[in-house]
Amino acid sequence: MIRLGKPALLRIGLIVGSVALLEIASQAGWIDPVSFIPPSEMFVAALQILSQGQYARDIWLTLSSAAAAIVLAVIVGFLGGLLLARLPRLRRVVDPLLMSWYAVPIFVFYPMLIVIFGLNRWPLIALGFLFSIVAMAVNTLNGVERIPAVQIRTARTLRMGAVRTTLKVRLPASLPFVFTGVKLTIVYSFIAIIGGEFLLSGAGFGYQIAFAYNNFDNPTMYGLMLLLLVFVGTLNMILHTIEHRLYQRRVMKEAV
Amino acid sequence: MKSTTGTTLNMQTILQSRKDAAVQRRLDVAMLILGMLALWVALSAWLGVHALPYPWTTFQRLAQLLGDPDFYRHVEETGKAFAAALLLAVVGGTAVGILLGVRRLAGDVMEPVLIAVYSVPKISLYPIILLIFGLGISAKIAFGVIHGIIPIVLFTMTAVRNIRPVFLRCIRVHRLGAWPAAWQVLIPAAIPEVVAGLRIGFALTLLGTLLGEMFASQRGLGHLLMMAIERHDVSLIMALAVMLFAFATFASVLMLKWDRHLRKGWQREA
Repeated sequence: MIRLGKPALLRIGLIVGSVALLEIASQAGWIDPVSFIPPSEMFVAALQILSQGQYARDIWLTLSSAAAAIVLAVIVGFLGGLLLARLPRLRRVVDPLLMSWYAVPIFVFYPMLIVIFGLNRWPLIALGFLFSIVAMAVNTLNGVERIPAVQIRTARTLRMGAVRTTLKVRLPASLPFVFTGVKLTIVYSFIAIIGGEFLLSGAGFGYQIAFAYNNFDNPTMYGLMLLLLVFVGTLNMILHTIEHRLYQRRVMKEAV
Repeated sequence: MKSTTGTTLNMQTILQSRKDAAVQRRLDVAMLILGMLALWVALSAWLGVHALPYPWTTFQRLAQLLGDPDFYRHVEETGKAFAAALLLAVVGGTAVGILLGVRRLAGDVMEPVLIAVYSVPKISLYPIILLIFGLGISAKIAFGVIHGIIPIVLFTMTAVRNIRPVFLRCIRVHRLGAWPAAWQVLIPAAIPEVVAGLRIGFALTLLGTLLGEMFASQRGLGHLLMMAIERHDVSLIMALAVMLFAFATFASVLMLKWDRHLRKGWQREA
């Protein structure tokens, strides 16, 4: 049996309570029924969407695009972080760029990406990639900087090559920080891809939400939103748990 | 005597190295700008002007835009929405952050919820905000606040939790009420962290406001961007992107300086 702490129990209570309050408020007509439907109806709509499978293609498109963007951003961002750690001069120069990266709505580059990649899923993948790569690189850099010098010296004493040092020493030693980067990459890729679909694209999960909104199709819109929230919430919880464990293991190791 | 000359010499080297660092920093900025321009020209040449116009075309377009009185109506609309959203995010975020920092249990309960909200693609929830606030500036403001407030809350909360216990004892010794305690001890002590959160919150509030204007809006820079995207007016897109990027970078650098300044003052006192 899993034992939950007091904060976790209170949190569950808070969420259940607010959902119940919303349910009562919308059933009793305190909230405008045109703008908000009761959570129970949202749940029914979400189940219908899942069982009828009419959005299966859009869900698949969004997931596959996100997966491609995540894989690319993790690999390139990790290598970029290593490179920046190697070249402190370059790092100092690009630092302001890395810091203001997230202030520009990356979606504005979508039309150019269409010209470059053509009218397919690649512009969206590029959007997710561009939006998340900086988080990956910065966190990798952060982790690599904390590798104890003695470990790198050991690798050199053992005459390990660059690739083996990276895979066997640098990556494991900076793993918790690199994982934080991976977590943010996943979150940011989804934000960029679903945002891009919502604003600009003609297919995918985000697009279907915008389409339902434009058609005043509230049950579908809220059903899709609920599915998205549950999906992102679950994903986030899993990532958070793994991250927590990695940091704890590191702390324990350092204590030993 | 000997030691005095030694100190003067030492002072001189310190001053010299500081000067060198300043020169170095300016050189770094120049290199960054030149490097980005070089990359831009190379990309334009490679991809073609229909995908990415050259920097000079973009700057020409930007100059033309800045001379157009119509453009300032959009800037004003976005500026108003952004300023209101930022004010609400900073005041609200700091207040909630202090509250959650002081009440440990409340903080423990809310922190994961806030992080989860932070990671949701909020743009897909924009229709709800539109339905609640209606079309217009209030929906944009609300969307900007939702984006910007969370990092400010999280940073403030962490800062208040990590306040040196002696300050908290001071509050108790002086029997300060909730307001004086917040105004005179908690906020000043947490300010460096709040500024760090503000830097992220600033960027995200701008992003949120612009995103709000890109969907179902008739005015503002976001709307202008959306029109440019629909018409495939690449030079307008680039001109606006450069302007926004310059503004965001400028603000970010200023706040970083403020942050460093505050931290320095902190160390001196500590």
